Amino acid sequence: MIGQQVQQTVAPLKGSLQRRPARGLLLRRLSDGLVTVFALLLALVWSIPTIGLLISSFRPPALITTSGWWTALLPPWHFTIQNYQQVITAEGLGRAFLNSVIIAVPSTLLPMLFGSLAAFAFAWMRFPGRNTIFFAIITMQIIPLQIALVPLLQIFTSIGLTGQYAAVWLAHTAFGLPFAIFLLRNFFAALPRDLLEAAYVDGASNWRLFWTIVLPLSLPALASLAIFQFLWVWNDLLVALIFLGGNPQSAPMTLTIASLVGIYGQNDQVLTASAFLSMALPLVIFFTLQRYFIRGILAGSVKG
Amino acid sequence: MAISISKSISLATRPPRKRSRLPLEAWAWIGPAVLLLLVFFIYPFCNTILLSFENADSTRFIGLKNYVTIFTDPDMLDVLKNNLLWLVCGTALTVGLGLLIAFLVDRVKVEGLVKSALFIPMAISMVSSSIIWRLVYVYEPPNQAQVGLLNALLVLFRFAPQPWLVNNSVNNFALIVVYVWMWTGFCVVVFSAALKAIPEEIIEAARIDGANRWVLFWRVTVPMIAPTIAVVTTTMIINILKTFDIVYVMTGGNYNTDVVAVEFYRQLFSFGDYGMASALAVLLMLAIIPVMYLNIRRIRLEEAGQA
Repeated sequence: MIGQQVQQTVAPLKGSLQRRPARGLLLRRLSDGLVTVFALLLALVWSIPTIGLLISSFRPPALITTSGWWTALLPPWHFTIQNYQQVITAEGLGRAFLNSVIIAVPSTLLPMLFGSLAAFAFAWMRFPGRNTIFFAIITMQIIPLQIALVPLLQIFTSIGLTGQYAAVWLAHTAFGLPFAIFLLRNFFAALPRDLLEAAYVDGASNWRLFWTIVLPLSLPALASLAIFQFLWVWNDLLVALIFLGGNPQSAPMTLTIASLVGIYGQNDQVLTASAFLSMALPLVIFFTLQRYFIRGILAGSVKG
Repeated sequence: MAISISKSISLATRPPRKRSRLPLEAWAWIGPAVLLLLVFFIYPFCNTILLSFENADSTRFIGLKNYVTIFTDPDMLDVLKNNLLWLVCGTALTVGLGLLIAFLVDRVKVEGLVKSALFIPMAISMVSSSIIWRLVYVYEPPNQAQVGLLNALLVLFRFAPQPWLVNNSVNNFALIVVYVWMWTGFCVVVFSAALKAIPEEIIEAARIDGANRWVLFWRVTVPMIAPTIAVVTTTMIINILKTFDIVYVMTGGNYNTDVVAVEFYRQLFSFGDYGMASALAVLLMLAIIPVMYLNIRRIRLEEAGQA
C-alpha cells in the first residue's frame, strides 16, 4: 500500500526529470562521458599485463630478454611459435596438460556426485541432526586446507598413495564437497515443492525423483558448480605440490610451471609460453560459460 | 470427496520437506559425503591439532613450544608481520576498489566490457598470474634496456629502475598488487549485482534531492549494500590469510616476503618439521574463527528469514 503511494509520487517526478533544464542534462551527459572514458582506461590497464604475456610468448627468446614486449607491436615483426614447440616437447608441458586433465575431470565429477546426493537429503528429507550436520559442513568451506594436509600426507605416504593421481582426486573431492553441498542444497530447496509432491504421491521413489526431476531441473546450478570446481582444481598449486611434488611424471601444469620458475630464473621464453598454455582452457571456459561462472560466484557470496 | 479433503489437509499441515520414512534412508544419501569428509577432513583436522603440540618428527610431546617459537622467533615474527600487511592492504584495496569501480561503471554503456576485463584474471591460475606479473616487474641493471613494463615506465620518466621483488620496502606491496589485480574483478561483479538490486526509485529520489555521485555513494549505496560488503570483506580476509601461490612462485618467500602459508610449506618439506607446520596451520585456523563466527551467524539469520 505504502509502496504503491511511493510509486505514484515517483512516477510524475520521473517525468519532470526528463523536462529538466538543458544545462543540468548537459552536465550529466558530460560526467557520464568522463566515467565512460575512465572505465575504458581501467579495462585497458587491467588487460595490459595479460596482453604483455601473450605477445612475449610469441617472440624469439633472444628478443624477449633484450627489448620490452611493446616494441614488438611496431614493424619489423618477429613472431614465432618456437617457444610453444619447445615447452610442449622439451619441457614436458604436453604431458603436464594431460595430467591436469586427468586430475581435474574426476576431481570435478566426484564431488558433484556425492555433493548432489547429500544436498538432496539436506533439502528434502527430515532426519535427526540434519541442520547441525549441514551447518558443520558449510562451515568447512572456509577452513584453510593446510589444517588437513600434514596428517593426510602421512596417511597417503603410509599407504603408498603419495605421487599418485588418486591422492589428489580424494583430496580435491573432500575439499570441494562443502561448497558443492552448500550450492546445490540451496538450489534443490528452491525447486517447486508441488512438483516433487505430485511425483511422490504418484509413487516415485526418492531415487527416481532425484534422477528424473531434481537433477534435470538443476542443470544451471550443476553447470556453475562444474565450472567452479574444474577451474579450482585446474588452477590449484598447493594440493598438487603437497601430494604430487615428488613425482614430476604426474604433475599438473601449475606444478610444472612453478618448478620451471625455480630452474630458469629470469629465462622467460619458456615461462611465458607455458603460462599461456595453462591459461588457455580456463579462458575458453570463461568466455563461453561466463554466465554460469558468475552465477556460481554470486550463489556463493550473495544469496537471493 | 471426504478422503480427498482429508488428504489435502494432511498435505497442507504436513511439515515441509518431509520425505523419508526412515532416517536410515537419509543417512544413505549423505553417507558418502560425510564419510569422505570424516576421513579426509575431520580426522586430519583433529590430528593436526595434536601434531602441533609435538616435536619435528612427532615422537615427543613438547607442549606449546612450537607456538612460543612462532610468537618469539624474529624470522617468524616477520612472517606474521607480512601476513598482517597482506591482510590489511589486500582486503582494503580489493574491497575498496571493487566497490568504487562497481559504483562508477553501474549503468554505464561499457559496463559489461569493463567487468569482463577485470574479471578475466579470476579464471586463470595464481601461478599464471605470477608469471604475468614477473614480466611486469622484471629488473635489468640501469645501463641496460628495461624489459619490464614498470621499470621501462620509470626510466621513461627519468627515474631509476627498481628491483621490485627484491627491494624490501616495496616487494610485499608488489606481491599484493598481483592479488588485487586478480580479485578486484570478483568484488566488482558481486557488488555490481548488489547495486542492481537497489530500487531505481531510491536513486532517482536522491538525485532529485540534489545528491551528486559522491553523496549518493556514501549516503545511499554503501548503507544499502552493507550486508554484501560484509560478505565480500570476509571472503577476502579468508582468502588472503591463506595466500600461498603468488608468494611461492614469485619470490619463494625470500627477500622477507614470507607469509604463513608459504612458511607452512617450507617447514613441512624443507625442514621436515611436522610439529611446526601443524602449529602454523592451527594458527591460520584460529585466525579464521572470528570471521567464521560472523559467517555462521549471518547464515543462521538468513535461514531464519527464509523459514
